[in-house]
Amino acid sequence: MKPERTPGRYIREEDLRRLPGVIEYKPVARYSYSAGQALSEFLRGLKEGRILGKLCPSCRRVLVPPRVYCEFCFIHTTEWVEVPGTGVVETAVVSYIGTARERLEKPEIIGVIRLDAPGYREGSFDFAGLFHRLCGVTEDDVKSGRVIGMRVRPRWRPPEERRGSMLDIECFEPVQP
Amino acid sequence: MKPNIFVKDKVAIVGAGLTLFRRRLLETPRELAWEAAREALNSAGLTLKDIDCIVVGSAPDAFDGIHMKGEYLADGSGGFNKPLVRVFVGGGTGVMVPAVAWWHVASGLCKTVLAVGEEKMSHAYPHPQGVFAYIWDPILERPLGPNLIWIFALEMRRYMHVCKASKEDIALVSVKNKRNALDHPAAQAAANITVDDVLKSEVLVWPVQLLDISPVSDGAAALVLASESVARRVTDTPVWVEGIGVTTDNTHWFNRDLAYPRYLEYAARMAYKMAGIERPWKEIDVAEPYDPFDYKELHHIEGLMLARRCEAPKLLREGYFDRSGELPTSPSGGLLGVGNPIAAAGVMKVAELFWQLRYEAGARQVKKPVHKAVANAWGDLMQVGTVVVLST
Repeated sequence: MKPERTPGRYIREEDLRRLPGVIEYKPVARYSYSAGQALSEFLRGLKEGRILGKLCPSCRRVLVPPRVYCEFCFIHTTEWVEVPGTGVVETAVVSYIGTARERLEKPEIIGVIRLDAPGYREGSFDFAGLFHRLCGVTEDDVKSGRVIGMRVRPRWRPPEERRGSMLDIECFEPVQP
Repeated sequence: MKPNIFVKDKVAIVGAGLTLFRRRLLETPRELAWEAAREALNSAGLTLKDIDCIVVGSAPDAFDGIHMKGEYLADGSGGFNKPLVRVFVGGGTGVMVPAVAWWHVASGLCKTVLAVGEEKMSHAYPHPQGVFAYIWDPILERPLGPNLIWIFALEMRRYMHVCKASKEDIALVSVKNKRNALDHPAAQAAANITVDDVLKSEVLVWPVQLLDISPVSDGAAALVLASESVARRVTDTPVWVEGIGVTTDNTHWFNRDLAYPRYLEYAARMAYKMAGIERPWKEIDVAEPYDPFDYKELHHIEGLMLARRCEAPKLLREGYFDRSGELPTSPSGGLLGVGNPIAAAGVMKVAELFWQLRYEAGARQVKKPVHKAVANAWGDLMQVGTVVVLST
């Protein structure tokens, strides 16, 4: 039976600590990112409680999050368009772990929101959308699938707390009929 | 159907080798690359003197914790006084490695290529998950404090919704692959488990639970690829690389429907066209779809057009994808069973098909006669599809 040989020696965590020459290293690297042409404007919009997209003059899609080019037509997007911020939940999950895989005390619900934006056919494969937390929905709504297709809108932080960040939107919450 | 491109040389795989896959091996990344490369060369009956070019694949540098891993891995991979290319498309790297090796030979540039995939994820602790934090968009995504499993869970949830697939349906992939891996000598996560075990395992990001995911692994895998003239000289049973395909979908992953892997369909169509395959669901005999998560195997079976959309869960239940089934998938045990040292895992899948097509897989050999096979991998931030089609 192939492979006939599988070289390599398994070592346990305790064994590793007993080996000579084990080096511990924590990289120290700091970055300051600029948001760029399109997202700087988008973040300014968030600070004002508005969700901005960019219109492709060729295919007429409104791209959210905005980019300076339309990746479909590969031309410069020219015009800024405000979208209402409402949309439907495309998919949603419940996270019990944090960034470094630590258990969270309170699980979080995260989703992808298909935003109401011009230029897309109903139910199209590609859409304008954002990825954010969901609030006002339960774990059971996620597990049963009730949340998928639910109409939602952004819940904004109070203006004085907005920093020009994705977190100026606290979460997306169900639109009450 | 006529192949759509001009190739100077037909390309065959003539050798393959693996190291053990484990969470923490004594060997350094370089040593792992060397061990796998040596096994592959020995199995082909060749030495480094016979090799013209080297292709090395390794995923994020941050896992091994050594920047510019291509250079670091070079000499352990035989990249010494020879051309060397390091390939990196995230999880898609493992199948990108043989694809890139293919064009080195098909172009006529090299007669022989040693292709190595290596990953050592155990260096990062307490868990390499922390390292994944740096793949997110710093402006749009990182402020939310994401965990990488979020996006897979979001995709799995969408697939479950659109295809009306249950958690039980999906868990069957994990059961099958971990069972298949019991016969694999390199396997790290082989086990006889039940659907219930999967559903009772730790819930990480619902719907993803611990046993839905492949483990953290160290390991390396290597292949030797050769032009037709060399291949016919060194072996009686070359395995031809008939087609390769690579596609990158939209990086704005939350701007497209996650229920269907369009990146893979496009890559597969490219590879099938090259291979002259018109009806993959009938013509492919055995497949190694990329399975870092259990739902991904179903997703990829559909993207490879081996089943109709949303049909994979039903066929799985019927045993269609078992080793004794009509279209065995992941007979190796896949990433879920053998382990997931990222770039090495994809190369391992191609190595498995090489052994299957030569009837050398022993206890893992599928029941049916095999002639054509396909493997894929997937990665970057959810959008790259890499495919190779093999035949005897």
